[in-house]
Amino acid sequence: MEKVLMKGNEAIAEAAIRAGCRHYFGYPITPQTEIAAYMSKRMPKIGGTFLQAESEISAINMVYGVASAGLRAMTSSSSPGVSLKQEGISYLAGCDLPALIVNVQRGGPGLGGIQPSQSDYFQATKGGGHGDYHLIVLAPASVQEMADLTVKAFDLADKYRMPAMLLADGTMGQMMEPVELPEAVEYKPEKPWAVTGTENKREHNIVNSLYLVPEQLEQKNIERYEKYRTVAENEAMCEEYMTEDADVCVVAFGIAARVSKNAITEARKQGIKAGLIRPITLWPFPKEAIRKAADKVKGFVSVELSMGQMIEDIRLAEDCKKPVSLCCRVGGMIPSPEEVLKAIKDMEGGKI
Amino acid sequence: MAYTQILIAGFGGQGILFAGKVLAYKGLEEQKQISWLPSYGPEMRGGTANCSVIISDTPVGSPIVSNPDILIAMNLPSLDKYESAAVPGAKVFIDSFLIDRKVKRSDIEAFYIPATKIARDLGTPTLANMIILGKVIRETGAVSMEGLKEALSKTVSAKHRDLIELNMKAIEAGYGFSE
Repeated sequence: MEKVLMKGNEAIAEAAIRAGCRHYFGYPITPQTEIAAYMSKRMPKIGGTFLQAESEISAINMVYGVASAGLRAMTSSSSPGVSLKQEGISYLAGCDLPALIVNVQRGGPGLGGIQPSQSDYFQATKGGGHGDYHLIVLAPASVQEMADLTVKAFDLADKYRMPAMLLADGTMGQMMEPVELPEAVEYKPEKPWAVTGTENKREHNIVNSLYLVPEQLEQKNIERYEKYRTVAENEAMCEEYMTEDADVCVVAFGIAARVSKNAITEARKQGIKAGLIRPITLWPFPKEAIRKAADKVKGFVSVELSMGQMIEDIRLAEDCKKPVSLCCRVGGMIPSPEEVLKAIKDMEGGKI
Repeated sequence: MAYTQILIAGFGGQGILFAGKVLAYKGLEEQKQISWLPSYGPEMRGGTANCSVIISDTPVGSPIVSNPDILIAMNLPSLDKYESAAVPGAKVFIDSFLIDRKVKRSDIEAFYIPATKIARDLGTPTLANMIILGKVIRETGAVSMEGLKEALSKTVSAKHRDLIELNMKAIEAGYGFSE
């Protein structure tokens, strides 16, 4: 397949269409508006639906409707908009519905700024809305992954009947890189639970998250957590880069991982054995890779565009066996390779 | 292995992002690894704009160019801001029609091109970006002139197909310019 140059946002949109998504609902917000713009051009030409809702809340509830009918649906937004969607996301989780939510993060809290950030990590990985639930959270670190993980997110969401989130950031959304687009599939949903009309041939299906009998609601939650356990056992993904002999293990995702690779290259030139674990799934978190690394390394450096959110999951995964330091910039700032290199050196020299 | 980091900076409206795209598409045609990252602040015509392009034989790490090997400054604020960031030995391209100072550093190689004036004289006043790009290609070999038109035709949107020739003409004028 020929490689084309595309913005990350556009790659998400095209990959979603190729994965059989024909329903996109959104509301504009920087830095992800290219997704909606792309969908508005393409969807009408292929018999799909592009709808600019009157608000983010409407958009997520439209996704809720289409997902109930068993079709692939998505919405996208950036941090403040994704906060607005949380009620709908909780309902999707409570109804065990597959759907894709894209968050191209910007600095917060509040209206924040429009530059890249990773400070919605907690919101994405720990629930975000009310109730006990998880999303499958995928973190692309290239335009190629913006495309590939969009397809993966739809597949995993269908497989486990749960919503999935693509957690990107402004850099990933705005940058262009060569991308080999996935093959287009003709999507044929196999969802016997979907509300598609009984034609008087079967019992009607119900998609609902309301359980007023506590015993039933408890049971629902327990079953859902059994499913989450299966997802955690089978679907955690990460990239390991030069970890084999590493003394210092950087953990970073998305743009932070890209910057960290530059720092690791420089560290190696200077004789410091640094490596990188790059979580590709943030939930489930790649605990096993971190746990194994903890036996070999002097310590970890968590590189984040937040005040330190993923660092908590690193510590949980390695059971506080080794020190974990934080190298971060926030508010739309991005750590430089030099800043990451300094954090690596400090960890290597025991100066933390 | 070449790993070329390019920073293009100037006013919004000067075609900064477009110039970067031409380089990126050409690099792609040459089977290189590429990244292109625009500044995307609340820019508007007359505000500042910049664009990071990396053309490499090896996978691109961070797409953010903080220390360029090639700096293109299309206005004075850009030169003021980025001159000190360029790596020692960097090649710096300056629109000398809009910037009336020379570089202050002695460890970088500066090229002064009155790009905006050349573009006006050519009757294409909006193509100073392509004039300076021509000079960049000539002096750095970051990409090759051969097949540039194909890369241009991918960069120019369908409704502006008629502008490909003009862009090409401007690039050639810049390529042929000597101080």
